[in-house]
Amino acid sequence: MNVVGIDCGAKYVKALVLEDDKIKAKSSVLSGFDQKAAAQEALDKVLEQASLKKEDIAYITATGAGKEEAVFAQGTITEVGANAKAVNILFPSVRTVIDVGAEEGRSIKINEKGKVVDFAINEKCAAGAGTFTETMARALEVKLEEMGALSLKSQKSVPMNAQCAVFAESEVVSLIHAKHAKQDIVRAVHDAIADRIASMTRKIGIEKDVALVGGVARNIGFVDSLKRDLKQELFIPEEPEYSCALGAAFAAAEKAKGG
Amino acid sequence: MSAKYKTESLKCWDKSKEIRLDYYKNYAKAHEKGGLRWAGGAWSFDAIPSGLGDDVYPLTGEPYAASVAWNKDLALRCHEAVEKAGYARDLCSYMRNYWGSIILNEYAFGGEFPMPDFIWQDHICCSHAKWYQVARDLEGGDVPYYAMDVSVGPYDELTENRLEYVVGQMHDGIEWLEKVTGRKYDDEKLIQAVHNHCRSESLWAETCALNKAVPAPLDEKTMYSLYVHGTLHKSSRIVADFYEELRDEVKDRVERGIAAIANERCRVMTDTQPPWAFLKVFRYLEKFGCVSIGSLYTFGLIGMWDIQEDGTWGPRKTPQELGIKIKDRDQALHVLAEWELKKPEWQHFYSPDHKSDMMLRIAKEWKLDGIMLHYNRGCEGLSLGIAENRLALKEAGFPVMIFEGNMGDEREFDEAQTITRIDAFMESLNFEKIKD
Ligand code: SF4
Repeated sequence: MNVVGIDCGAKYVKALVLEDDKIKAKSSVLSGFDQKAAAQEALDKVLEQASLKKEDIAYITATGAGKEEAVFAQGTITEVGANAKAVNILFPSVRTVIDVGAEEGRSIKINEKGKVVDFAINEKCAAGAGTFTETMARALEVKLEEMGALSLKSQKSVPMNAQCAVFAESEVVSLIHAKHAKQDIVRAVHDAIADRIASMTRKIGIEKDVALVGGVARNIGFVDSLKRDLKQELFIPEEPEYSCALGAAFAAAEKAKGG
Repeated sequence: MSAKYKTESLKCWDKSKEIRLDYYKNYAKAHEKGGLRWAGGAWSFDAIPSGLGDDVYPLTGEPYAASVAWNKDLALRCHEAVEKAGYARDLCSYMRNYWGSIILNEYAFGGEFPMPDFIWQDHICCSHAKWYQVARDLEGGDVPYYAMDVSVGPYDELTENRLEYVVGQMHDGIEWLEKVTGRKYDDEKLIQAVHNHCRSESLWAETCALNKAVPAPLDEKTMYSLYVHGTLHKSSRIVADFYEELRDEVKDRVERGIAAIANERCRVMTDTQPPWAFLKVFRYLEKFGCVSIGSLYTFGLIGMWDIQEDGTWGPRKTPQELGIKIKDRDQALHVLAEWELKKPEWQHFYSPDHKSDMMLRIAKEWKLDGIMLHYNRGCEGLSLGIAENRLALKEAGFPVMIFEGNMGDEREFDEAQTITRIDAFMESLNFEKIKD
């Protein structure tokens, strides 16, 4: 049986075909201005890769901020619920899920069945999400994909009070003028986001094990900062940016089985 | 899906609207009839100026500011005017709406902002002290201003001395009122107003207690339009009589099983003032069959509660019901002060534990599935300690969702984000949207 999970995120739409609980194909397209078209494109692509037709799909579940734009989906699930489901299946021992995407950071507490017990979502400000790193990368004139490795070269921690993305940018500029090494500033940026994410997670209580999902989990510098802050190891899926889509696909499979 | 319960609109709804509009009109037109206007907080002892005559009309600041907030265009202009005048954006948003209305000289109910003849205020929240001090400056600086300090601690620690401290200020206040208005004070009118005051507050509590019923006869969005009368003029006979009529109607709804929402299957409460410009959030809850049955805010700002014989929360018996006959001014003031110092919403200014206890009581007695806390950046007074309340509710096993916003400044409310949180919260409670 084939099902589809589609995550209509702020920056990318990701779709995934699950065949008998195994990932068969994935696609990712830029959300752009027309999310409805992007969702359709992501679906078309993933079906093409899986050599399937829409009629071969038993159920489609959409998630993400733009989930309503996936008009072809039969059901929806929130990002919180989708992540909880995905992580529970991938790492059954995990009780705390941290999801850091482009626009939002979330912390989710789950029980052994993957049921959401509590959750917190970051405030309006982007200082706890991926966009923040992008802005800082621009201010530092560093390529986004180089931020992680650069940060790991740093041996020094530079304090930064990033409570807000706008103030943080001017703080970064001050650090540049104060002649701090680039790698130290990059680490400071990651430490600042990690600090916000960790304190949001502490609000719901950190219970072991902890998983990190979402696109920002690809950034090894941020992962290092978060591990240091939480003082513990993190379970990270191979493709953390697909966690929401995967959870949606698991939800679709449940529905298809009559759940 | 066919409806689970019968619903009906409230019969007294139009009357409620009429009373509220009359209130604002009467204030604006008071001078045309030779009457007086006074301004002050919704918490002030409004029964006391009633002794000056039947033609003395109040304008309470908080509900007025909420009306401004509801009018998005006016609210935005008020905020901009206040910020331009140099006041910080993170001050109480009700206070800023009120000041903005004065600066713009625009009354939310039409015409120019009607200046008061005197200000009658009390202080429990830090902003209360500054609110009318600045308002008075903006109004030209010579409006007589009387303020009372009521911060005598929680009711369960009330002593004779503490009570006398408040009553003493009330006596001084009456002398002051006579001096600034040149009118002779009528104690009989005061006694009548104290009776009305207690009656209004007890009846409102009784009405809220009726919402323990499943299905709930009232939803919180509707309750906002009803509790408001107690914040406008609780000591007036019009309000007390209206609350009696409302109580009877709600009682009848409970007896006949009339629901506020047709598919009630999930019950929540909120906390603090809502983001007034976005009350549609409550309508969104209905898609899940979720009703907000009220909050400590809607129950306890105006309602006067007491522990009943069976240990549950119910309306406090009025002095009349207890057979107390008020004979003179001093006794009336003692009754009023003692009564009002028990107000639930005053208790948590002293410790969040008081609030947690009351919220837990509501969560249990009103049979809640979850709680939605508004981390309200617009009100330092009622948001004080809200994170502690969250912990206490969670510890007791109640699922809690938080959303951030501002009751009076929509710039601090993110509708899409709030909807996302509600979706996740409902999902975690196992409630899907009800299919039409
Ligand atoms: S901060 Fe809250 S309690 Fe204080 S005056 Fe403003 S609205 Fe009232």
